[in-house]
Order: sequence, then structure tokens, then C-alpha cells
Amino acid sequence: MKGYDLLDLAVRNLRQSKLRNGLTTVGISVGVASLVAMLSLGVGLQQLATRRLAGSGMFDTVFVTSKQDFRDFNRDEDRKDQHLENAPVLDEPARLKMTQLQYVTEVEPEIRVMGEIVSNGQTHFGFVTGLPMSARENEAFDSLQGKFFSRSDAEEVILLKDFAKELEPTNPVSLIGKEVTLRYGERQPLAADSDNVGRPTMSEGQNSSTDNPSPDSYGFSVVRKMQALKVVGIIDDEPYGGMRTVSRGRIFLPVDLTEKLNMAQFTDMRSSLRGGGKNYQTLTVRVKDPAKVSQVQDAIKQMGFRTFSILDATKSLRRFFTVLDLFLGIFGSLALAVATLAIINTLVMAVLERRREIGVMKAIGASDSDVKKLFFAEAGAMGFFGGLLGIALGFAIGKAINIGTGIYLRNHQLPAEPVWILPTWLIGAAIAFSIIVSLLAGLYPASRAAKLDPVQTLKYE
Amino acid sequence: MNSTQAVRTDNVCRHYTMGNSVIRAVDGISLTIGRGEFVALLGQSGSGKSTLLNLLAGLDRPTSGSVIVQGRDLAQMSSEDLARYRRNDVGMVFQAFHLIPAMTITENVELPMRFAEVDRTERAQRVRESLERVGLGKRLEHRPSELSGGEQQRVSLARALANRPSILLADEPTGNLDSRTGEDILNLIRDVSLSLGMTVVMVTHERALAERFAQRLIFLADGKLISTSDSGPPATSGLGRTGAEEARA
Repeated sequence: MKGYDLLDLAVRNLRQSKLRNGLTTVGISVGVASLVAMLSLGVGLQQLATRRLAGSGMFDTVFVTSKQDFRDFNRDEDRKDQHLENAPVLDEPARLKMTQLQYVTEVEPEIRVMGEIVSNGQTHFGFVTGLPMSARENEAFDSLQGKFFSRSDAEEVILLKDFAKELEPTNPVSLIGKEVTLRYGERQPLAADSDNVGRPTMSEGQNSSTDNPSPDSYGFSVVRKMQALKVVGIIDDEPYGGMRTVSRGRIFLPVDLTEKLNMAQFTDMRSSLRGGGKNYQTLTVRVKDPAKVSQVQDAIKQMGFRTFSILDATKSLRRFFTVLDLFLGIFGSLALAVATLAIINTLVMAVLERRREIGVMKAIGASDSDVKKLFFAEAGAMGFFGGLLGIALGFAIGKAINIGTGIYLRNHQLPAEPVWILPTWLIGAAIAFSIIVSLLAGLYPASRAAKLDPVQTLKYE
Repeated sequence: MNSTQAVRTDNVCRHYTMGNSVIRAVDGISLTIGRGEFVALLGQSGSGKSTLLNLLAGLDRPTSGSVIVQGRDLAQMSSEDLARYRRNDVGMVFQAFHLIPAMTITENVELPMRFAEVDRTERAQRVRESLERVGLGKRLEHRPSELSGGEQQRVSLARALANRPSILLADEPTGNLDSRTGEDILNLIRDVSLSLGMTVVMVTHERALAERFAQRLIFLADGKLISTSDSGPPATSGLGRTGAEEARA
């Protein structure tokens, strides 16, 4: 039998018992709809999360730490490595080497020190963070009031809004353009003293613009310093969502200024104990193209450092969403599984009802495979129409979810975002899946119909 | 195989097992039906005449023996080949008409051509042709239930002729009709068989009708062939022989 005739007969047969086949088709569509709604929710949530991460502007960034630090976090890679004491430290040569790596655009140290801002005779404590000029593109500066740093070593400061409120509770914005004083600890290296162990050497009055202290100067002193800064801007949230470091920074300086000021960092103490000059706790390596992040990351790992990038986070995020999709898919499939039983039931009923008709068709020349194909076609047609209807229904459910979450988000003063997205591939996949499932459900009824003995079915009146 | 032979059975048997007992519906029948011959199978209920007809139709398979049509043994054919044989070489008419109630007259006649994959443009012409041959030109878009019994049997005959078979098998074609309409149908069958040179095998229990229309009567009882007799107009070809004559040593 030709395809056209097969479909024609199948649709004709389906229309014979409109109610029963209609109900079965609606059953399939509910199954498809639940599957589509669930999977689209998964897709939507994934896109939402990815969008959020992309907005943080960290996809092109690799964070580098020495394996000597943060050793108690029970990382797998660290446990394998038995000689962490000898792991390379993040010193100036290492930084230079990273700068020369392919695709690397900048390598900035993570500078975070304690400091105090003096304003109107009052002191306010806060963490000072150095920001590279590229931070301007970060979404945190969407809320910037005032201006960004004019130069990478400008004597300017941007304050977190909460911190600005401490300084000026009534009108924090009025701080912009005003001058404040930063009080911080300057790191001053000691003169070379390896031969004079036990005899502390003072270095008072010595200027500290030495970025490259002699390798022998293992000691340093911390001297209180003041620096006048002009407030240029105020932002609502910390750039990079505070992800880069442990404690929240509230005072932001251009990174080159912080380096120039030679602020004493927590790690300085440690590197001085260890010897070997100035170390960085964390280096932020910016990569030209997000696609090259893993390549750069591997190169830095080769140098013996521990790296972290948002790529790692998205990797586990992707794994999470795979599990979530699977879970949602299984959940959504349950309704379709029930619909499958309905198809089997409907078609078995049809076989019983049309015994005589099947016998006649065989008597006038239908082969077993013709009969089988006919029932397959009926199952497939129900699957197809059920799939179409299911997509429409799933679409309606998804729209309802979006409207619902939109209202919820707006009630919580958040911008409404679609959490439910129906990708085009899912439309095709859902219909195909619906047809395949229906055909599978048609296997048993179709073979039962094909096996009917025409002599038996034609025997009785 | 004689070219004048349409159908030959060799000691064909069809046994059913029912519980512990074996029912010998057809029990060693050997007969030959000539090309273009009109043969009536007679016998009481349970004599095995319908079972024999189903064996000739390729709807059923013999337990033993063979059914030879056009040099091929139906007993040895695959079910796909049997379907093709039923589709192209055999037309069937039933006592209960067995039209598809949901289809119009036209569609019912067209159905066998769908299985035979006849081109769609040709179908319409052949439907018309078949219906004209049985004298139906009106109410072609009606459903079978809207027609009288005689008309339904005509449609059924038209359907049997649609694929231009060489053998027409009729199972009690007049059983559901009054005697006048029954005669009309048999006249029609005879005319068609004569004009198309079609072999007709008809199962009936109405001996009077059989004697008037069939060239040969074959009597069955308990699955065995009892006697065969010529009657009515002389056969054009293929003289029948009794099973005893043809039984192999």
C-alpha cells in the first residue's frame, strides 16, 4: 500500500471514533505539554543563570593563586601533590611570565588591604581594593554615579554606596568631587640583613618606591601613611559580585595607584617569613577571548599555580543543569508514559472492534504488513496531532509560568525575566518524540491486528 | 499442469484441533477446476465446503496436500505471496457482503486497488467500469447501509472484480437475499464470468439454484468429496474428475 493511501485510511479510521481517538490524542498532548513545559523551564533557567554569569564579566578571567596558599581546602589536585611547600610563589617574575603568555591582555594583582578613610574628622574603616581600568565594563558600574577613574594611577577613589552612607548619611552623592584622606599601612623593605640575623635593622625615613626589593631583604616594616584622594564615583554593588576575594571591599582605587602606594598586604608577612621578596596573593589574568580561557588556564597550571576561572563554575553549573534537565524530563515523561498506555488501550480496542474489517481487508488483498502499517499510521497520526496540540498547550503553560514569575519578581522589586524559554529545536524534538513514542505504543496492537486470522474473523455473522 | 486448469487440489486436508479431538473439516479432497468453469460446491453445514473455498482463496493453509493455482502451490507460498495472490488473482464475494460500513460505494470498490497500488487516476476509471458491469450507476457516494441487500451484493461483486482477477470465489452469495434478487446476482455472476472468462467457484446449499447456473456440482460431506456431476449448460473446458479417480496410489 502506498504512503498516501495508508495515511488516508489511517486518518479516516481515526475519525470513525472521534471521541475515543480525540481523548487519546488529548492525553498525548498533555504528556507532550508537560514534557515541553518542564524541559523549557530547564532551558530557561539555564539561560537565565548563564546570562547572570555573563553579566558579571568574568568569562575572560583566570584567577591564579599559589599552591602554598589556601592549602586546607581539601582540593583533590592538592592532595595528589605532595610537595606543596616547594610550589612556586606568585612573585614578580611569575607575573611577568604570565603577561607574556599568548592571549593574555593584562595581569593585575589582587590588592586588598585594610584602610581608613578620614572625612570630616571622623575615621571609617574599610577594605581597599585595587581595580584595573578594564573593570569599567563590569555590570557593577551600570549603577555608577559620578565618573570612573581618569587614569590607572590617578589619585582618585570610588566608594561603595553603603560605605559612602557611613561618611555622609543624608546625602552620600554629595561626596563626589570632594577630597578625603586614606590612611593605610605602607610596606617598607629592610636593608639586606641576611648576615646579621637577630639584629633588627630599622629603615626609617626610607622611601619605599622599590617594587623590586633585593632578594635578600626578607624583612619589612609597616609605616602609617596618608594619601589624599578625590572621590569620583559611587557604586551600589561591588564589582565581580565580590567573587574575587574573601572579604568585601568598600573602597576602590585604581590598581596602579595601590601598587605605587606599596600598601602592606596580608601575604607580605608570610612571604617575609618564607623569604623571597614580594609576593602576590592572587593574580587576575585577563584573556583576550573567552574561548581561550581554558588554554591560558592550562598554561598557567603548567607553571605550577592553582587556577580558577568562571569556566570551572559553568562546568559544574552545566553538570547541574544536565541533572536538572534529566529530572524535569523524567517528570515530564510520566504524563507521556500514561498517554502511551492510552494509545495502546485505544488501538487494542480498535483492533477488537474492527476484527471483521481487518479480515475483509485481508480477504481482498491486504497483506499482514499492510494491516500492521495501517495501525502504525493511526498511532503515528495520533502522536503527530497530540504533539502539535501538546506544543501549543506547553507554550500556554510556559507563558503562564513567565507571567506568574514576572509578577512575583516585580512584587519583589526585581526586573521581570523570562524563566521559561521554548527553543525551536524542542518543538521539532517534542513532535518527533511524540510520534516515536506513539509508534512504539502501536507495536503491540499493530502486530495483533496483523496476526488476526481472516477465516476466523469472517466466519460469524 | 494443463493450461486449461485454473485450480487443482491434491489430496488437500485441513484439520482443526479442538481440545482433544481433531476436526477434519477438509479431509483429502482432490479436484480440478477448469479455466472459465462455473463450479458449485454443495453440502450441508459442516461439510467443509466453506473451508475448501478458504483454502482456494489462500485465506487458509492446508494441513497437508496442495492447492495448485497457475502452477504454484498455495501451501508453499509465504503469507506475503498469498496476500498478493488474493489481491491480484482472486475476487471474493460473501454471504454477508462484508462491505466496509464507513466507506462509500466508490471507496469500497476502490479499496482492493489501494492494496494493489493501482495508480490513483486509473482507479476512478476502474471503479466506474466495475460498477457499470454490475449495473450500478447511481448512489455511488452512499454508504452500504443505505442500499438494499441486492445492491450491496452488486457492490461486493464490483469490488471483487476491481483488480481483474481470474478466479471468483463466492461464499453463499445468495444466502442473505430473497430468491428473486439471488437469481439476479447469479445471473450477473454468470454473465461476468462468461464475458471475462473468469473461473467461478460458488459455495451454496441451494441445489436448485446451483443446477441452474453452475456447469458442475461438487458434493461434499464430512470434509470428503462425495460426487461430482455435470449439470446445466455444458462446460466449456476442464472436465472434472472425482477424487477417487485422481487419488494417488
